[in-house]
Amino acid sequence: MEQLKKMSASTRSTIITYGMVIVLFAVMQALSSAKVISSSTTGLLVPITAYVCLSISLNLVVGISGELSLGHAGFMSVGAFTGIVVASMLADTITLGWARLLVSMLIGGMFAGLAGFLVGVPVMRLHGDYLAIVTLAFGEIIKNLLNNLYVGFDAKGLHLSMKSAQALGMEGGKIIINGPQGAVGISKLSTFLFGFLLVLFTLTVVLNLINSRTGRAIMAVRDNRIAAESVGINTTKYRLIAFVVSAALAGMAGVLYGLNFSSIVPKKFDFNTSILILVFVVLGGMGNIRGGIIAAIVLTILPEKLRFIGDFRMLMYAIVLISVMLVTNNKTFQTKLGMLRERIRRRKDPDLDLVASRAGGDGNE
Amino acid sequence: MSSETKATYKAQSAAAKRRSIQKDEERQESRAAKQARKNQTRMVPVPSQSIVPERDVGKQPILECRNLGIDFGGLKAVDDFNMMIGRTEIAGLIGPNGAGKTTVFNLLTKVYQPTRGTILLDGVDTAGMDTAKVSKAGIARTFQNIRLFGSLTVEDNVRIGLHNQIKCGMWSGMLRLPRHWITEKEYHDKALELLDVFHMADNANDIAGSLPYGAQRRLEIVRALATNPKLLLLDEPAAGMNPSETAELMDTIKHIRDTFGIAILLIEHDMDLVMGICEGIAVLSFGKVIAKGTPYDIQNNPQVIEAYLGKQEDKGGE
Repeated sequence: MEQLKKMSASTRSTIITYGMVIVLFAVMQALSSAKVISSSTTGLLVPITAYVCLSISLNLVVGISGELSLGHAGFMSVGAFTGIVVASMLADTITLGWARLLVSMLIGGMFAGLAGFLVGVPVMRLHGDYLAIVTLAFGEIIKNLLNNLYVGFDAKGLHLSMKSAQALGMEGGKIIINGPQGAVGISKLSTFLFGFLLVLFTLTVVLNLINSRTGRAIMAVRDNRIAAESVGINTTKYRLIAFVVSAALAGMAGVLYGLNFSSIVPKKFDFNTSILILVFVVLGGMGNIRGGIIAAIVLTILPEKLRFIGDFRMLMYAIVLISVMLVTNNKTFQTKLGMLRERIRRRKDPDLDLVASRAGGDGNE
Repeated sequence: MSSETKATYKAQSAAAKRRSIQKDEERQESRAAKQARKNQTRMVPVPSQSIVPERDVGKQPILECRNLGIDFGGLKAVDDFNMMIGRTEIAGLIGPNGAGKTTVFNLLTKVYQPTRGTILLDGVDTAGMDTAKVSKAGIARTFQNIRLFGSLTVEDNVRIGLHNQIKCGMWSGMLRLPRHWITEKEYHDKALELLDVFHMADNANDIAGSLPYGAQRRLEIVRALATNPKLLLLDEPAAGMNPSETAELMDTIKHIRDTFGIAILLIEHDMDLVMGICEGIAVLSFGKVIAKGTPYDIQNNPQVIEAYLGKQEDKGGE
């Protein structure tokens, strides 16, 4: 009985999260096809799904594993540019748009995961703030590498250079990545539907991971490293798993993001983007996946909606951020909110309070 | 020079002469004779300070420390620590504050790497192992300052303790393969079974950090037991407990030993508990073992009394 109640509690939260994502998708899809929302907002739909994925994946590192990563945009860009190259190479082989996107996404995710592994292996042996420092550096290094990377594709295959477009020695063909000018002439493969599917996929992977043996080990290391070691958990391994999975998911979101624009520059994935994703996670509550999703959606739409106040836009944005942080962490506010909630519940059915909660429990069993 | 010293001098030089003659003779001995002499070497039992309960004699001791020591800079926090624990012994480690008791625990679990000495766990040297490997090898512990996974539920804490007992890979968990569901069921059953030993099954869904102090201490023991240890180390299990809780804890510790058939080593300041349940006791003072024996021996050992209460100055004088 006790167990069933508990299972339903954790499952209930999961179901609410899935339900929220599905409902949001359905509403937005209906609104955009009915042309109720402006075209600028419609253009934001795919980036929003990408940011939601990034928020969920970063939550795995920051909230669940308890490490600070400041280079999430770096993994995103590894995924994005790998995905763009793969999509361009397969342009003639796979004509089906969604299939090409899927393959690009898988390969982009793999490359980002590999990058995460290479960064994580040395860093996960250390403790404290080292991960933050190294990931910060990683983001900058990746940005500078991509600024100097030239990739071309012709009949002979793939050409790589770190010097210039001429050094590629192309015979016809097409330059995919052109150094600081970034990738141009990308075929826009990303759709809102596919973004939604990626959100569901990311959500499934992260939630399943959290509610499994591996996830428990990751959270044990977060809560108390010494105790986790003392019960035989290899702390380095589980921190690394969280980090690599997160990097791979960020890479996939990067592919979705990259293939949504006709051109994209490496500068897009800079430190500010990493911080933006971190803000989603912190604002939504560390470890709170659902909160992170809502924060990602609101904070992506908000700057656009605040355009009408012109120069005060970023000021308002900052004020909103600060007030949300202050208010949600305010003890007085929390107690007041709790009391209010209690009163509403009581007023709804004053006598059937206990019965209702019991029935709710039974309903889930 | 007195005549006495002269005599000693003479005797010494004579002995030296004799020794050199002996050496010459030895050199002349053939290899075969040497070998024969070696075989004749008389073996004597090494005087050992180790004691184990009578029922565990003849079995491999579960833990054997030899000359264990660790230095922090110039400070010898633990030095020349020797101890043997029988397979089903309840042993105690006591000593004044700062004697190095917890350091010994940290050495046994490899939170610190020992500077010197050997730890044999069930006959296996734990040199080169880290904390996680030592846990897998069979040492579980609790902490002086409680270290639970505070944000997780009581059941999850025990499930994490079962981490190496029931295995399920990352992919099975992520993709929800059948293996995941089978092991989750096993986890649940085993966790509740263990919690039941401590009458905590009803609290399975509470957040561990919100439990009352005594329950948190008990949960730490359950979590340690979940790792299926051969040796359980309890660091001040009765700290902060009232006499009736302590009495209950004593029964529980005996119950654990009898049910699981494991050895227990505990650090405790509550002498009622130590003298009540410990079979062998080692007393540590300034990093060194100053006494070992049964509770009765320890209570009447002048060195122990001195370590705890200090020495009384001889007031009579000359």
